Amino acid sequence: MDLAIREQVIGDQLHLYVSGEVDTYTAPKLKEVLHPAITEQNVVVHLDEVDYMDSTGLGVFVGALKIATRNEKELSLVGVTDRVNRLFELTGLHKLLSINTNVRGGTQ
Amino acid sequence: MSNIEQTVMTFPAKPEYVGVVRLVVSGIANRMGYTYDEIEDIKIAVSEACGNAVQHAYDDQEGEVKLTCGVYTDRLEMTIEDSGKTFADDVKRQAAPVEETTEIESLHEGGLGLFLIEALMDDVSINKDSGVKVTMTKLLNRDEVDQSASKISTTPSQ
Repeated sequence: MDLAIREQVIGDQLHLYVSGEVDTYTAPKLKEVLHPAITEQNVVVHLDEVDYMDSTGLGVFVGALKIATRNEKELSLVGVTDRVNRLFELTGLHKLLSINTNVRGGTQ
Repeated sequence: MSNIEQTVMTFPAKPEYVGVVRLVVSGIANRMGYTYDEIEDIKIAVSEACGNAVQHAYDDQEGEVKLTCGVYTDRLEMTIEDSGKTFADDVKRQAAPVEETTEIESLHEGGLGLFLIEALMDDVSINKDSGVKVTMTKLLNRDEVDQSASKISTTPSQ
């Protein structure tokens, strides 16, 4: 019931490998890493090992998208599972975010 | 037919307990025979309601969140209650679903929780008389209910 984030720089992108649960308790941890990072570089967030997410996670990505837009950086979400993708589709956020489903590991 | 079994629990209004509430409710939903996807929906709805209570009800003071699960033959009724200040109307709610034309700068980071609860549950009511009480109902698949009901009704007649 916790969240782990592994960071790796590949080229000009920071890759964040997120695993665990993104909820009220853990979302601030994701925000703390993602928001400062995306002010300075393009970020690819790998979500294939996220087995639970709710609106708190959506909020972190909405905030990150705003920061990215202001700083002319790119935010990409990859390896998004059907469950998590459903939340993006229900809320319509998939229309604004760059989302790739079922991408494994570091490949794009 | 509509026999109710009730589970009542109180939790500290702290973010680290939201996952615990989620585990309890998913255990009950699993026992009732909901599908994997339905259980995931229930977990999200309950977490959203708990999250609201934990974040907004008591400011920085200590408080409690009460979970009530009513198990009926055809549905699960979940109530999340706090006794803090009523739901802050100043909390900005994100209008959803978001459209392609929505200005990114106008998006709010919070406020999608209630939208998700309403999207994922069959019935939702919110009472703000004292504290906030969110009641959410998820119906059990009708076919499965009919099957189990007929099994139950044949047993006593033997």
